[in-house]
Amino acid sequence: MFDALSESLESAWKKLRGQDKITANNIKPALQEVRRSLLSADVNLQVVKNFIADVEKAAQGADVISGVRPDQQFIKIVNDELVKVMGESNVPLAEADTPPTIILMAGLQGTGKTTATAKLALHLRKQERSALMVGTDVYRPAAIDQLKTLGEQIEVPVFEMGTEANPVEVAQKGIEKAQAEGINTVIIDTAGRLQIDQDMMEELISIKNAVSPHEVLLVVDAMTGQEAASLTATFHEQVGVTGAILTKLDGDTRGGAALSVRQVSGQPIKFIGVGEKVEALQPFYPERMASRILGM
Amino acid sequence: VGKGPLNEEAVMEIEALLLQADVGIEATDYIVETLQAKMREEALPLESAIAYLKEIVREILERPFQEKNTPITFAPEQDKLNIWLITGVNGAGKTTTIGKLAHLGQKSDYTCLIAAADTFRAAAVEQVKAWGDRANTEVVANPGKNTDPAAVVYDAISKAQSKGTELLLVDTAGRLQNKKNLMEELGKIRKVIDKKAPDANIESLLVIDASLGQNGLRQAEAFTEVARLSGVVLTKLDGSSKGGVALAISKQLNLPIRFIGAGEGIEDLRPFSSYEFAEALLSE
Ligand SMILES: Nc1nc2c(ncn2[C@@H]2O[C@H](COP(=O)(O)OP(=O)(O)OP(=O)(O)O)[C@@H](O)[C@H]2O)c(=O)[nH]1
Ligand SMILES: Nc1nc2c(ncn2[C@@H]2O[C@H](COP(=O)(O)OP(=O)(O)OP(=O)(O)O)[C@@H](O)[C@H]2O)c(=O)[nH]1
Ligand SMILES: [K+]
Ligand SMILES: [Mg+2]
Ligand SMILES: [Mg+2]
Repeated sequence: MFDALSESLESAWKKLRGQDKITANNIKPALQEVRRSLLSADVNLQVVKNFIADVEKAAQGADVISGVRPDQQFIKIVNDELVKVMGESNVPLAEADTPPTIILMAGLQGTGKTTATAKLALHLRKQERSALMVGTDVYRPAAIDQLKTLGEQIEVPVFEMGTEANPVEVAQKGIEKAQAEGINTVIIDTAGRLQIDQDMMEELISIKNAVSPHEVLLVVDAMTGQEAASLTATFHEQVGVTGAILTKLDGDTRGGAALSVRQVSGQPIKFIGVGEKVEALQPFYPERMASRILGM
Repeated sequence: VGKGPLNEEAVMEIEALLLQADVGIEATDYIVETLQAKMREEALPLESAIAYLKEIVREILERPFQEKNTPITFAPEQDKLNIWLITGVNGAGKTTTIGKLAHLGQKSDYTCLIAAADTFRAAAVEQVKAWGDRANTEVVANPGKNTDPAAVVYDAISKAQSKGTELLLVDTAGRLQNKKNLMEELGKIRKVIDKKAPDANIESLLVIDASLGQNGLRQAEAFTEVARLSGVVLTKLDGSSKGGVALAISKQLNLPIRFIGAGEGIEDLRPFSSYEFAEALLSE
């Protein structure tokens, strides 16, 4: 397996041949290559810095195993560290002791919240958990039509009050309806918003306070660049996220945003979106994501 | 990288600024090296580094305009059919940009028409029709489900030709550039336009989200090939992202940035200014 990182690491490690320990000095060029690789994969610069410091610590003093090429050994250290940061294994969706479980979707514009709402509802249906989708996006043209169309496709009901309604009230009424009808899980779709849009963030906080969700899922486009860190930080500080969904991973992005989201929030990435269709949702596996980010 | 008059600390600071704006490693290396070379040559004081940096960024952004000899101000030609094909990955802001462009076209006294060629996404047609209403612009759509988008484009061109429309805006479905069949579908749309309207002025614009990372370069490469891009629209610049990948795209693919999207409202579209972009990119 010779990918870009392995190749560049190989040259960085030429110097190390014949040496039997990884030291602060001889590790520098290799760390530099890892840094470049992570930045090309769109991991946030600050997150890269922290990660490199962790790798340096983990690699210090590691014996060069005879028979194993030091560059390969180093890649393993990097990979293991990345998997560790990303969370050990996939974490399932929350389920409340007394239904309904309430899930609030949040994120920037166009990341895939509405699509993920339908994907989650279908996922729950397959587990025999009934779902209700609630449309609170009164801003984007035809946002509610979009949710209703998806609802018809997957045969999951949609609660909405049109575009003149107050999103907080729609969310509350949606929960009441789910309670009255004994529905297992409510998924609240929200309008896309910029984390620097204070009014829209206030609205999201109000929805959250009104419905006390068991799960707040931050929906992040896997192609996001450096911004992934700051948007995660702000959504987490202001609304408190419990997990994330990384979308559009059916593309060819390396998806460094995953590392930024995970590191900044400390919360698990629970699912990935791998297509436009409602079935295209998968659990998140840290090992696979680590390989992808490293380009392996 | 970039040994020269600037000390290591200054280089690191500039690098951080560019990398955090999604300019990417390659373009960042190029910019820092160019800066070092300039400062070596002209023995400039360190304080002028930022001013020079902005100049380098502006040069990169303006080169496509000069080389392609395209005017900085961008407008459809009057009394003639102009077709603007709007493409990009999912959720970039294509449909919203169509709405804003139709509004701008109407305000500037062009006769406009929209082709609703996203026949795939849930409620895509309803969305573009809502924008058509807002912008007072007729929308050509096929009410059927999953119909051939190229056929919608064909119908829209026929209509535009018979009505003497000046600006036809074509909304397409979002597609990731590695999806072979979806890219072929786009290629077919482009062919229909070329064939059905050989005398029209055709612009092919890629919509890029400012929060995008380095995948934007791959997008621009793939769409250039299939849709024969002539420019870029950079959306969501009202957020805190700087849209640095657009600079890398401009440099690597020689594509001019035409418009800036800075909000979800109908008026939130601006012509591109390299000056504003460079200032915003290099501000903290
Ligand atoms: N290829 C691919 N496309 C996706 C995925 N998830 C969503 N999309 C597409 O991305 C676009 C935006 O999705 P939406 O669900 O409308 O996004 P949103 O976050 O609800 O958007 P706003 O409500 O406008 O903020 C649509 O074209 C979706 O079909 C995915 O995992 N892969
Ligand atoms: N803040 C901000 N949001 C924008 C801008 N342009 C578009 N949006 C929002 O981004 C989301 C997606 O926009 P669309 O126009 O539906 O994007 P699209 O590329 O047509 O999406 P698909 O057709 O699903 O691929 C919507 O919520 C828009 O309101 C912009 O300049 N600024
Ligand atoms: K996006
Ligand atoms: Mg939505
Ligand atoms: Mg669209």
